[in-house]
Amino acid sequence: MKRIITTTVINQSGVLNRVTGLLMKRQFNIESITVGHTEQPGMSKMTFVVHVEDPGKVEQLLKQLQKQIDVIKANDITDKSAVMRELALVKVTTPPQVRSEVQSIVQPFRASVIDMSKNVTTFQVTGDPEKIEAFIDLMRPYGIKEISRTGVTAFTRETQRTEMKPDLILQ
Amino acid sequence: MEASVKSREGTAVTEQAAGTGADLLIRSLKNEGVDIIFGYPGGAVLPIYDALYRNPIRHILARHEQGAIHAAEGYARVTGRPGVVIATSGPGATNLVTGIADAMLDSLPLVVFTGQVAQQVIGTDAFQEADVIGITQPITKHNYQVKDARDLPRIVKEAFHIASTGRPGPVVVDIPKNISVAGLEADIPHPVEVDLPGYQPTYQPNFFQIQKAAQSLAAAKRPLILAGAGVLAAKGTEELRRLIEEWRIPVTNTLLGLGTIPGEHELFLGMAGMHGTYAANHAIQECDVLLNVGARFDDRLTGKLAGFAPNAKVIHIDIDPAEIGKNVPTDIPIVGDARQALEALLRQDAGKPDTEEWIARLDDWKETRPLGYTAATADGIMPQDAVRLVHKYTEGDAIVTTDVGQHQMFAAQYYSLNNAHHWVTSGGLGTMGFGFPAAIGAQFARPDAKVVSIVGDAGFQMTLQELSLLQEFRLPVKIVIVNNASLGMVRQWQETFHGERYSSSLIPIQPDFVKLAEAYEVKGYKVETLSRAEEVFREALASDGPALIDCRVLETENVYPMVAPGKTLSEMIGVMER
Ligand SMILES: Cc1ncc(C[n+]2csc(CCOP(=O)(O)OP(=O)(O)O)c2C)c(N)n1
Repeated sequence: MKRIITTTVINQSGVLNRVTGLLMKRQFNIESITVGHTEQPGMSKMTFVVHVEDPGKVEQLLKQLQKQIDVIKANDITDKSAVMRELALVKVTTPPQVRSEVQSIVQPFRASVIDMSKNVTTFQVTGDPEKIEAFIDLMRPYGIKEISRTGVTAFTRETQRTEMKPDLILQ
Repeated sequence: MEASVKSREGTAVTEQAAGTGADLLIRSLKNEGVDIIFGYPGGAVLPIYDALYRNPIRHILARHEQGAIHAAEGYARVTGRPGVVIATSGPGATNLVTGIADAMLDSLPLVVFTGQVAQQVIGTDAFQEADVIGITQPITKHNYQVKDARDLPRIVKEAFHIASTGRPGPVVVDIPKNISVAGLEADIPHPVEVDLPGYQPTYQPNFFQIQKAAQSLAAAKRPLILAGAGVLAAKGTEELRRLIEEWRIPVTNTLLGLGTIPGEHELFLGMAGMHGTYAANHAIQECDVLLNVGARFDDRLTGKLAGFAPNAKVIHIDIDPAEIGKNVPTDIPIVGDARQALEALLRQDAGKPDTEEWIARLDDWKETRPLGYTAATADGIMPQDAVRLVHKYTEGDAIVTTDVGQHQMFAAQYYSLNNAHHWVTSGGLGTMGFGFPAAIGAQFARPDAKVVSIVGDAGFQMTLQELSLLQEFRLPVKIVIVNNASLGMVRQWQETFHGERYSSSLIPIQPDFVKLAEAYEVKGYKVETLSRAEEVFREALASDGPALIDCRVLETENVYPMVAPGKTLSEMIGVMER
């Protein structure tokens, strides 16, 4: 199953290497990874999506992450109420005869056109990964020339739904 | 060559009031109380060696970086204090890799300083450049590359703190050459405290978990303690002994846990695991509560996980939360320092288990299925005899280091240790070449102790160049080569699992180890008969100086009993019955 793991790390050189190296060493498959600064100076946040079969492995992963000196905290937010966003750039073949048709499909996704040439349009779409998938599926029949996705970044909502499972935050 | 490197890297020393980065490094080491360094110089660390010349700390020049780091491990193992190593960039650093990985798996505190090419040329494949941070990242507890000379005191402070607290481990500090030569206008004070928000090991165990553990133990009919090296790291052997004696709970050890309890203790069952005793392995399989203190349920200990301790409620005390539940499902996890947890257990008044029936059963197993071997014919020597003789003539008081292989298992089985912190062996990584240099480090740490290194003929030849140190320092280390003219453990597995096809494991051509010893002014002996062995072991082990015994043993002996890979601890072969 897919798990969404967030970690707060001290922004030292090599920390990304350590975290991804650890995932590799412990045989976790990373689907996506995003890194960026946070509101605290010197701290970065990494969000990664990993595939894990056995729930025991997730706990082991969190503990191994937590063990790294530069990792402040590691959480599995998969089962929590969370906001999740990803951005994708999708280059679609759009000869003049289909252009307006494509435009109307794109509308509900609130995708924006960021580049256009005679036969090709580049859309930017943001949303949770399912929305991006749906967008890509709809564009596919027209011919996709290129896709670039950022991977998911996420955090938990302020108000958690009460029926949520207790999270796996480690002290 | 040197000259061009010099101008390109700008290594000319700038005269400054506070000296150079290297001077600051040496002051930092002194502030950390370092009194011995094992190392080897080279281009990228020349400024550091120059600073050592100005402001000396005892430096032991090994004859190979691997020798230096294993010596530092031996030092760390017997003292509990970080072993300190210096090596140059590139090949110097890569020669340390085995030792770093070894220390990582066996949780030994090391602080390792590697030289690095100057920052201006990092990433250009400069002469003797290796990506030490990248290479050592998965085999260190933490590593640093120094970016500014003024960070040295902080980094040194943090490195020693990280290496020696929580679950100990190796820390690498990579120092570019321009940092070592950088002039400093003012001294930088040594920090009093570390600020590591992401590193706060839990020492104090959770009270409620301790309570639960005490209740489970008190209610148990067949409780068992498995004590690992975590007890030694926490200096908790006294608390362990009290728990064992006051609650009358039998105890077994992992390979690295040997010495936590005296080998002759009436409640000690011997080592458990692949070459463990019948009593220990069957106690694990039969116990109803298993208290693991400071062991990590390594596969050589557990055998097939699915059938491990099938009847037991498992209590696991470990300072590293990631070890709990990693291999064996745990009923009562206790994160904390082994000594504090044991102390907390001793303060509980949940009552004590009634274990006399259980102990009687274990005693019966000890009695009827002891460790044993068949004596050689015609005055020949069995490998076990070599260990037995070492025990006899050191009376169980020696610091014993081993290499890896059959002799290691025989030493674990037959050298019954009287004392904690007297057992130095490579468990997790199983590093051949470890034993002899580790003995050197142990002897430097304990100059008055009797240090005996029990090694195989093959493993000894991986790091024998360190004989130079016995010669140079007249270190009274005793080397006992259990010489079976083969890669014994490999030969055993080939015999058992590969249809007796001895592929590259027999070494009938042996060097003259006596001459070799003599070349280094070490007294050498070769023995081929048991009667002569008695005399030689007595004389050599009592002598004041270094000695080497080439003890020729039966070449075809195997280590038994054994749990074959993939089998459970109940499925032992080669059990002696009496
Ligand atoms: C560096 C290294 N290389 C290879 C091995 C695999 N290995 C394990 S035991 C062994 C044989 C050791 O032979 P020896 O040192 O003579 O000891 P013995 O088993 O005969 O007592 C080998 C090759 C190892 N553990 N370490």
